Parts: sequence; structure tokens; C-alpha cells
Amino acid sequence: MRFGAPLFAALAMLITGACVFAAMGQQPFSALYLFFVDPLMSAYGMGELLLKATPLMLCALGLAHGFRANVWNIGAEGQLTLGAIAGGGVALFWGAALGKFALPVMLCAGVLGGMAWAAIPAVLRTRFNTSEILVSLMLVYIAQFLLVYLLHGAWRDPEGFNYPQSKVFEDSQILPTLAEGMRANMAFILALVLAGVSWIFSTRTFAGYRMLVAGLAPAAATYAGFSEKRNIWLALLIGGGAAGLAGISEVAGPIGRLQLSISPGYGFAAIIVAFVGRLHPLGIVLASLLMSLLYLGGESVQLSLQLPSAVTGLFQGTLLFYLLAADLFVGFRLRVKPRAVPEPMARPQTEATP
Amino acid sequence: MTNGAVPGTPRVALTLAAPRLALRGIVKRYPSVVANDGIDLVVRAGEIHGLIGENGAGKSTLMKIAYGVVRPDAGEIEWEGRAVALSSPAEARRLGIGMVFQHFALFETLTVAENIALSLDGKMDLASLSTRIREVSRHYGLPIEPDRLTHSMSVGERQRVEIVRCLLQSPRLLIMDEPTSVLTPQAVTKLFETLRRLATEGVSILYVSHKLDEIRALCDTATVLRGGKLAGTAVPRNETNRSLARMMVGSDLAECRLQPRDAGEVRLELRDFTRRTREPFGTDLKSLCLEVRAGEIVGIAGVSGNGQKELLAALSGETPGCDSGALLIQGQPAEWLGATARRELGLTFVPEERLGRGAVPALSLADNALLTGARKGMLSHGIIRHSASRAFARAVIESFKVKCGSELSIASSLSGGNLQKFIVGREVRLAPKIMVVAQPTWGVDVGAAQLIHQALIDLRDSGVAVLVISEELDELFTLCDRIAVLAEGTLSAASPTNALTVDSVGVMMAGASHG
Repeated sequence: MRFGAPLFAALAMLITGACVFAAMGQQPFSALYLFFVDPLMSAYGMGELLLKATPLMLCALGLAHGFRANVWNIGAEGQLTLGAIAGGGVALFWGAALGKFALPVMLCAGVLGGMAWAAIPAVLRTRFNTSEILVSLMLVYIAQFLLVYLLHGAWRDPEGFNYPQSKVFEDSQILPTLAEGMRANMAFILALVLAGVSWIFSTRTFAGYRMLVAGLAPAAATYAGFSEKRNIWLALLIGGGAAGLAGISEVAGPIGRLQLSISPGYGFAAIIVAFVGRLHPLGIVLASLLMSLLYLGGESVQLSLQLPSAVTGLFQGTLLFYLLAADLFVGFRLRVKPRAVPEPMARPQTEATP
Repeated sequence: MTNGAVPGTPRVALTLAAPRLALRGIVKRYPSVVANDGIDLVVRAGEIHGLIGENGAGKSTLMKIAYGVVRPDAGEIEWEGRAVALSSPAEARRLGIGMVFQHFALFETLTVAENIALSLDGKMDLASLSTRIREVSRHYGLPIEPDRLTHSMSVGERQRVEIVRCLLQSPRLLIMDEPTSVLTPQAVTKLFETLRRLATEGVSILYVSHKLDEIRALCDTATVLRGGKLAGTAVPRNETNRSLARMMVGSDLAECRLQPRDAGEVRLELRDFTRRTREPFGTDLKSLCLEVRAGEIVGIAGVSGNGQKELLAALSGETPGCDSGALLIQGQPAEWLGATARRELGLTFVPEERLGRGAVPALSLADNALLTGARKGMLSHGIIRHSASRAFARAVIESFKVKCGSELSIASSLSGGNLQKFIVGREVRLAPKIMVVAQPTWGVDVGAAQLIHQALIDLRDSGVAVLVISEELDELFTLCDRIAVLAEGTLSAASPTNALTVDSVGVMMAGASHG
């Protein structure tokens, strides 16, 4: 049942989508075809699917560890941005000096950048008991403004006609693509490896077990002496690091430089991916492909039917909505209650007995 | 059991009327077990009827059927001579059946009055409800404060809320599932007076318990279940504990006995340990002094809510710290050590709450073995050796006779007694130097309780220092070399058990807490 819920949610999303398309004056079935099937009909399209799935997968894998441990990092988008800034900064300032080591150093810097950004809610939560939900969310916007500040100032390409973007990275600083004519790159392989590592971490290591217990039964974690602080730190650092890796993979991949918009909300969509994937690495791999298809489909209907780009967000939202609804009905049963007969409260009555 | 007159029933007049509740030929099958196999049970008007049996004997299922929570696969239910289909607890309540559950259904963040208001089907304003609660609780000698928040209350206090909640609905059949497990002897006496008065007022009482003394003192008749089947009916006051236990278990039980032995060095020591509570409605611990030596069992008697929770958290290291004084484990200052560090010094701990604290409900027994046993060879370089944790869990299951499918069974699927056996077994198997146990047999049947007691005695005999915190005086008197009383955050000096009587300890327990 628990694993059937995402399938049900996906189906309900399709039906709702068909209704929405019909309401917008489109042929529902051809619109759905354009949305969900057409983007996959070419090798290029398949490449795009993997390309967009990559950052979603990376962010969701990291977030899932936190969610399982009851740590609610909502700010993967900001950690992704910081990963891009940190890794991009390495490329801009030390790229030449590092030579062929530039790319690995950039990836590491991206991971560290994301971790550093996630460390802020970790410090505040463990020292001052602030909500990591609010702090990590607010830091998303700060990260965005930091990027704006850098690109309008010190990091702007001097030969870029005053556009707020950095200079283009060298070829050696760009992740190699998977195949000729495809934009998907090695980061996808990295994400798959990370899925495997995540699975091992959560099922085979004691650290993963401690996080699981902290999420399932906090009092049992305290009883066993598992540190709550360590749990929070680990959850946020894993989530931040994975999001940072997603960020640097975007700028050192399809984008090729730092610019104002790095992600169309991958960090937020990854939250949906994590839950649709049932917080399980394999589920997340599949869910990220589905979510990626929503992005592609949105672009496809934008181009061919001139529908607004908000269609993507609409599909994402309905998917999450139906998933939560389905989970509710897996756990609870809806019952039509007969009109309640009020029970009068009386004193213990004495019974008439012979 | 036939519908004939029960010999020895004191209220003969009542037996002429149709029984208040009759269950006939009740069968309930679950996928892996037949929980009730053709059970008959008849409760007459104004009768106090005991229901006894071991864990897994089918008592809970039968009670759930009588309260409309579970529907039987076969059999008939009659209410005052009329066949009824109990389809829901609301239906049962409408007929006049009330139930006090062993596991409480209270919302932690609500007050007592709010919790009770939620369970009443009609609407009522909180102020007058609070007045009613005060009246009923005073009337039945179950003091509770309607405005208190539930989360700060001990198990014992929560149970009072459940009992009062039920009495407010003026039931004509009151089902009580292990109601006295957390009351002082004086409070039990008082509750029994209440129950007897209710019975003379015509209310029938179905009393589920494993305490044979209570069944014998209170009940007019008793039904004994064994392995899902009817083992027989009895008039308890004509029986002995031994004969009732034999009906329940099917064979004679070995009795636990302490062999006198000299205690060794001090393993656990409290020196003027003082600690202010961090919770509203908590109890401050005031200058506690206690020594627990190798090879002895020391008991702490007292009713929950007198500092038990605070003392346990301070001993286990779940909330380390103290304001003044000292806590020494193996002679080392330990008041600021965390739970893990204390475990490394050789302290193991069995908490009062089994699900969610002593064990993770959603994980298997093997994974629950990891919870505290991880460092006993279940890890290599941070990687879990699942074969080792499974072997550990299997060994615990075997040596403590835990009834479960296998070591891969989910903890929450076990009955309370079996899970408790597993948790005690796990902590015993960790080869402790000091073991602290809270309410070791709370809600556990005689068979399991006997096994747990024997395990604690074996630990003592092997030279472990054992500290038992319990509300059950019988248990402390069976187990302990010395007993101290914790009342209102103050600990009396520990006296040798043979210098104490149940009454003298009961007076000390109640003296400070006003009964």
C-alpha cells in the first residue's frame, strides 16, 4: 500500500492534468502526449531527461537522509546555489593554476559550499533550538542575493557587456558528457553512485541506523545515548553537501558559467522527489526521472501549444497533493458518521434490583 | 461453562435475572493465531468477575470483543438477555459498557479536562466538566487535577484519569484492564471499596488482572483463559494463588527466592544528589542518598509522580546533570556523563516505556538489539554486522522465551510482556555491572514476571548491582535485599527487606503523597 500510493498519485495527477488541459481549450490526450511522451521520442530528449533528473536526484538523496531522521532541511535550493558559487569561484580564480585537477577540486568545493550553507541552520538549531525549517528556507533567498551581489560586482565577466554573469569556464572545467550530442554528463553517473552509497549508508552503517532511530522514536534514540546534535549536524551536512554537488554540476555542466539563474527550483522540487520516492534511494531515482519529465513536458507544451510555464509547477503541486492524500487514506479510513446520539452524563445510577 | 448457577455466588437474588453480559462460544482468528477459541463468559448484574490468564491467553481480544473494538468470527453476545451485535465502542458505551484500558489514549498536550471532554459524545463546557471531575475523583478517592497538562503526568496519574473518565459515563458494566498496577496498597484498598460499592449499586465489573491476590480479595467469580481457550471458572476466594496459577499456566510455577549473600563493593552511589526539575509539574529531587552494592538488589518503592521519572532520567544519563551532590558509577563521578558513557562504565537500564523508548516500534527485534547492544560485536568499522545482531536477538528470544515469529518480527507486533522480556533480556545479555530497571513487570503476566524476576535474581547472584524502581510492593518484597521509598522527591534510607512490612512501606509511600 505504502508503495502503491505514489503510483496512485501519478495516475490522479494525469487525470487532473487532462482536465486542466481541457479547461484551457486543448485536446486533453494530444496535450498529454505532447507533455509526457513527445519529449522522450528522441535521443536528445532522453539526454535532457537524464540531465534534469541529475540535480533532482542529488538533492533528493541528500534530503531524504534528513527527512528520515526528522530533520527538515527545506533549503536545498540555497545550498545548491552556494555549491555553484563555491565551485564556480574555484574555476574562476584558481582554474588555470589547478590545470587538470580543476574539475575535481571544483566538485569538492561545491560540496563544501553546500555543507557550509547547511551548517548555519545546524548551528542555530543545536545552539539556540531555532527551527531548521525556517532558517534553511530563509537562507535560500540570502544565497540568491549573494549570487546577485557577486555577479554584479567582483565576479562579473569584464568582457561580458555588463551582463551579470561570470566568464565562461574552460573546457577542462566542464563535466564530460555521457555521449556525443547529449547534454547529460558524468554528474548523472555520480548521482547513481550516490544513490548506491545512500542505500548502503542507511541500511548497513551504524550512523545511518542512528539517524533512522532518531526519526522513528526520538525517546529511544535518547535512551540509547545517540546524540541529537550529531544527528542534526549529519542530516544537514549530508543534505547540504549533496545539494552543493548538484549546484556545481549545473554550472560546470550545461550552464558552463555562473549566472543569475542556476536552477529552476530543483532544490524545492527535490523535496517532492524525496517523498514520491518514499525516501528510498531506488524510489528517488525513479521519482527524479518523473519529475524531470514534468520539466521537459512543461517546456514542450510551452513551445508547441503556447501554454504558460506554470503548467510544470501545477503538475508538481498536484503530484505532491495526491501523494499526501493517498498516504492519508493508506493510514486512515473515511467513514460517514451517523448522527451522534449525545450520551447524557449522569451520576452512577442505582439499578432497581430485587 | 454452562449457564447454571455459580456455586458460592453471594448475591443469589441477582442470579435469577438475565446476566448483564453473556459471551457464548466466542471465536476470533488472526492470521497466525486463534486468539479466542470457543470462549464462554457470563457476568451477572452487580457481580465482580475476574478474568485471568497469561500474556497471549486471549484476555485482551476477549475484552476488545466485549467493548465492540473487535468483532468475533463466531459466537454470540447477549446484553441483559438480548442478543446484540457490538459494532463499535460507541455502541458499547450506549448500552452502558465502559472500559479502562491498560494503555492510555490521552493527548499529551491537552489538560485532563480537555482529554476527558474529547471522549464524551455530548457537548459540555470545561468549567462544569472540571467540577464534575473533581467530584467524581474525590468520591472515588482518585485525586486528579483537571487543569493539569497530561504530558507531565506519570503513568499512575494517567491511569487515574482513565478510570475517572470511565466513571463519568456511569457505566453498568465496567471493564477494567489491569487497573491497580500503579496504585499504592492503600489506594488499591480504596479502589476496591469503590468497586464493591459500585457492585452493590448494581454495576457489574469485569476485572482483568494478573495479580492473583487481588482477584481473590475482590472477585465473586473468575474465568481463567489459557492459550486462547477456556481453562475453567473458579470462585477465587475458595482457591489459593497456587491453584489459580496452575489453572492459568497449566503447570506449577517455580517460586523466586533470594538466597542470602553478602553484598560486595559499592557500584552505584547517590550522595546528597539534588536536582531541580526542568519540567512544569515535575518533582525536584531533594538530597537523595543511596548505595547499591555488587550482588544485591535494592528496591525503590513509591507511586509514580513522586520523582521516579526524574530519578530514572538522572540515573540513565538521558538528561545528565545535577545541582549539588554527586552520582558515582563504579566510584567515578558520573552526574554529567551521557547515556553512552554510562553504558561504557557498565550501567544498563530498562525504562518504564517499552515502545518508543526501550524499543523502536517500527523496527525488527534484531534491529532493536542494535539499539543498546551495538558495541557488543555488532559493528565493524561502523558497518552493521546484521548476522551478529540477529544472533544476539535470537539468543535473547531463546533464553527469555520471547513469543514472536522470529528475530525479524517487528517490535510493535509483540505483546507488552513479550517485548518487556526481550528488552530485559537484551540489557541482561550486555553483561552489566549495574542494572537499573523501572517497573520491570508492569502489565506483564505471572509467567513472564516470574521469568524476569528470576533473571534479575540471577544477575544479583552473579555479582551485579541491581536497582529496581517499582510501584508493586509484592514485587519489591520478592526481589529486594533492601528497600527505600521515594515520596515527593525525598528518598528514605534503605532498610533490609525483612525488617519491613507491606503496611509500613505503604504508610511511607502514602504519608507524603496524601494517599
